[in-house]
Amino acid sequence: MFGGIDPSVLIASLMVASVPILLAAIGELVVEKAGVLNLGVEGMMIIGAVVGFIVAVETGNPLLGFLGGLLGGAALALIFALLTQVLLANQVATGLALTLFGLGLSSLLGQGYVGIKPPFTGSVPFGPLTDIPVLGTILFDHDWVVYLSIGMIAAVWAVLTHTRLGLVLRAVGESAEAAHALGYKVTRIRILAILFGGGMAGLGGAYISLVRVPQWTDGITSGAGWIALAIVVFASWRPWRVLIGAYLFGGITVLQLNLQAAGARIPVEYLSMSPYLITILVLVIMSAGRGRASLAAPAALGQNFHASR
Amino acid sequence: MTEPLLAISGLTKAYPGVIANADVSFTVMPGEIHALLGENGAGKSTLVKMIYGLVRPDSGTMLMRGQSYAPDQPRTARAAGVGMVFQHFSLFEALNVAENVALGMEKPPPMRELAGRIRAVSTTYGLPLDPARRVGDLSAGERQRVEIIRCLLQDPKLLIMDEPTSVLTPQEVGILFQTLRKLASEGTAILYISHKLEEIRTLCDAATILRRGRVVATCVPRDCTAREMAELMVGTVLTPPARAGAAKGPVALTVQDLSVSSPIPFGTSLKGITLAVRRGEVLGIAGVAGNGQDELLLALSGELLTKPDCMVIDGRPSGQLGPNARRSLGLVAAPEERLGHAAAPDMSLVENALLSASTRQGLTRRGFIDWTRTAAFAAEVVQAFDVRTPGTHVAARALSGGNLQKFVVGRELLQNPSVIVINQPTWGVDALAAAAIRQAILDRAAQGAAVIVISQDLDELLEIADIFAALNGGRLTVPRPVAGLTVDEIGLMMGGVHDAA
Amino acid sequence: MLRLEKRPSPSRFWVWATPVLAVLLTMLAGGAMFAVLGKNPVEAIRTIFWDPLFGEFAWYFRAQLLVKAGPLILIAIGLSLGFRAGIWNIGAEGQYIMGAITGAAVGLAFYPIEHWAIFPLMVVAGAFGGWVWAMIPAILRTRFQTNEILVSLLLVYVAQNILASMALGALRNPEGGGFPGSRNLAQYSSSANPELIAGTGMHWGVVAAFVVVIASYILLQRHMLGFQIKLAGQAPRAARFAGVSPDRLILLCMGLSGALAGLAGLFEVTGPAGQISIDFNVGYGFTAIIVAFLGRLNPVGILLAGLLMALTYIGGENASTNLGLPSAAIQAFQGMLLFFLLAVDVLTNFRVRLDFGRKV
Repeated sequence: MFGGIDPSVLIASLMVASVPILLAAIGELVVEKAGVLNLGVEGMMIIGAVVGFIVAVETGNPLLGFLGGLLGGAALALIFALLTQVLLANQVATGLALTLFGLGLSSLLGQGYVGIKPPFTGSVPFGPLTDIPVLGTILFDHDWVVYLSIGMIAAVWAVLTHTRLGLVLRAVGESAEAAHALGYKVTRIRILAILFGGGMAGLGGAYISLVRVPQWTDGITSGAGWIALAIVVFASWRPWRVLIGAYLFGGITVLQLNLQAAGARIPVEYLSMSPYLITILVLVIMSAGRGRASLAAPAALGQNFHASR
Repeated sequence: MTEPLLAISGLTKAYPGVIANADVSFTVMPGEIHALLGENGAGKSTLVKMIYGLVRPDSGTMLMRGQSYAPDQPRTARAAGVGMVFQHFSLFEALNVAENVALGMEKPPPMRELAGRIRAVSTTYGLPLDPARRVGDLSAGERQRVEIIRCLLQDPKLLIMDEPTSVLTPQEVGILFQTLRKLASEGTAILYISHKLEEIRTLCDAATILRRGRVVATCVPRDCTAREMAELMVGTVLTPPARAGAAKGPVALTVQDLSVSSPIPFGTSLKGITLAVRRGEVLGIAGVAGNGQDELLLALSGELLTKPDCMVIDGRPSGQLGPNARRSLGLVAAPEERLGHAAAPDMSLVENALLSASTRQGLTRRGFIDWTRTAAFAAEVVQAFDVRTPGTHVAARALSGGNLQKFVVGRELLQNPSVIVINQPTWGVDALAAAAIRQAILDRAAQGAAVIVISQDLDELLEIADIFAALNGGRLTVPRPVAGLTVDEIGLMMGGVHDAA
Repeated sequence: MLRLEKRPSPSRFWVWATPVLAVLLTMLAGGAMFAVLGKNPVEAIRTIFWDPLFGEFAWYFRAQLLVKAGPLILIAIGLSLGFRAGIWNIGAEGQYIMGAITGAAVGLAFYPIEHWAIFPLMVVAGAFGGWVWAMIPAILRTRFQTNEILVSLLLVYVAQNILASMALGALRNPEGGGFPGSRNLAQYSSSANPELIAGTGMHWGVVAAFVVVIASYILLQRHMLGFQIKLAGQAPRAARFAGVSPDRLILLCMGLSGALAGLAGLFEVTGPAGQISIDFNVGYGFTAIIVAFLGRLNPVGILLAGLLMALTYIGGENASTNLGLPSAAIQAFQGMLLFFLLAVDVLTNFRVRLDFGRKV
């Protein structure tokens, strides 16, 4: 029914399809937990995509490419951090600026790289494990970033719930005033969280241009950053639910692409708008049960903090 | 004589345009309960923030047990044995008790062990508390316990308490004082900040009185009268407001079985509120913070809608009406929070006058604003209520707390209302301005307005109210005449005993 | 160390000086960017900012200025009302597309009948299309508290897909030899939005933009609704106390900005663009966000900012033909302008002090 595709292949490919938004969303989750709303995920992702692509092509090393993507995203996030945390600019406006600037800069940087193939990122060699029927395809036939993305979820969860760092981060996101009164460096903690979010978004972007597509075209992220933002809301700011949300979305994307390839009777345009429509639908469902969702949102989300006295 | 625990000399801190502290000196002995007494804006907060390392002094020195002490951040202060219980802003509502405690400690033990220690300390000092509960669900008194326990777990030598009783019932105050005395007897010094004179007389061994950032006197509170201390604190002789004792008219506002859930996260829902106020009468509503005061104001002002019959203004069912419809029926309201609720911080006084007075003062015509009349009304408020401001064009946030409060209250009282609802009329206002505001409220009542004053200041309510009720957990006690009420009865009402006969 | 001190009242001087400062800083940083790209920075800046106005072909470019500024101003004015009230419609691009589609659909339905009422009807339909598209996030927000930022933005991608489907399907020119794209509306006189005064670039969309600038100026200065919009943005709780219904305001601001974006789309598709095509939208809806902020959310400011931003578009095209500057550079340049504006905006509300050696 899925164009004659094996369901285990489908699951494996949805895991790959969701890596970019998974990484971007877990990064944004940390940022929002610290009380900062960075709407520039799309911009940071696309900068990560282009920088990662350029570095990988120039060095011939995909690993360095991913590192470059991470640093590219973090560099753009640094602009956001300076504007919102030091110069106290409005977070919504600055996030939008980040996206607009990122889209422009990326297509400028990527000019000479259209139509080139990046170096190949292969699967992690698991040896005979890969040959296990069904499970082998689903679990043991992926590149390292897929495992890293799942590991990131576990790591963020562990840090947020079980460490002092996580506790302080959540405290800063709940009430900057109270955290400041207890002597925590609100601005410093928030800047670090923003940089982490930028790095993750950049890494996710690099995965799009190096593995998912894999090539460079303008506007390659096509809204993935916005969907990552929506997934954070869907997840009620809980790390494991980010995984669920991203896989759900990845599943829809893969299914939709397969239906297109299989020449389903639904016009292509309606299939390609479906991920966005479903994201909206999920947002509505999550926010309609608002009692719980609104309690889960960090109380100081989006509010700037200035220690006046 | 033993060595002082903390010796402060010549501490000075200036902010642009304000000298918060000028050459402040005093000493605190081990095991002493030392009061720091002063009006709002006298510089108490800045002083203790310097001791706690949140603010660094411009000049002056501090000695802790003879050693030089200059904390650059709260962590240093905590390491030196200084703990602080804040009045506001130091708890995280979405986190649980243990997490909140851990955030205030340098090296917290693992959570499970910490929970055990919280239980142990809370039983020792008679402050029951469940470590796993979310702070947002706790009452104001319980939240204060979290702060106190957070300090006690660090084994402090000096405990700073900033206005601790403003959130407690009289009974809870009694328990707190026992805890503090026990701590003092164990050798912990307590720096106790307050402007409530009677409790300082009962509790404290010594007092330092601040006025406009300077030490104006030191005294032994037990040997002084409250009046003497008050006059040292304010610097002038105070006169209690004059009450006309006018005849009471017909009922102007009835609230019948009003129940509404709170729109505020971790707020208190109102349950079956019933009351009636007659013209010329002042109903005082007491209660510890967070028992539904904000919600009651929202429900009365029209920001929170209910069934039509829950609220009747001059015979008209009006529970379903919004703020402006109620204003045209004669009801005005002044919320507690001046900046952000009663007034828009970045807007001018003229614009802020328009904010709530457009309906009754006729400041718009077919939706178009008459700025000339609005400016005239703003100027009238500034004049009549002696608001100290360079002009009506300045932003609301540029005014001091007391002046803005006078503006906000004046804006409502000058609209010739028949029903007035005010939450915390004199919170954070200096004594002279507070007296002026109370007098203005009483004058309006004497002219025939029905008044509801919601306040956490019991003395204030007893001074101006004719009838008295208390809010507890969103319920209102049956209103009773003030004359003849005893402090014990008031305490029981505030504590939620609803039929205290 | 840099230290910020809140001003008692926002500085009147800096409110107006910051956009100018931001433009100057962007020219410097942009010049540096062009230098990195191997272009002469002075020449690049001159080509972008000077030549279109005073160069050899200024007569052509000056007309283009209004053509490009019209939609930007029209959209930005609508957005600015919402932004002032704290309502973030960032999907104007989608509303612009939908306005163009619905308006064009009405016109094409009458083809080839000639009647004076067709164009006005299309204008109404265009505004309606944008309005409907903006009402989706608005209603979801008021009914379910769904974040309007995300929904309005996601709907842009949906609108782009609808546009593609329309250009390839329902609205495709039956006489177009199978090529995507609709009939040319500018050549069908009942639906055309022509240049009103030859050589000025003035068309009905530009007229509408000027009218809207004046109307919103009056709204914000003199009308209670304008006051309520400002109040809701600055102090939401005070707004509720003043009797403002937040839901009503959301529906109103979103609807208004959607309708104006739809109008901009309609005027574009009937005039400068001429037809519905896959690449009909060129990012006016997003650039208008920059215009709104650059104009300090003030109608007069937006008028000036719209003209300036139109200049960068024209100058950018000019630079790309004459100097071989990549066309994407101008997009990065515009984003940079918004960054600098946000950065220097701190001067409006804070005094910046430098103090050395002492930590606060």
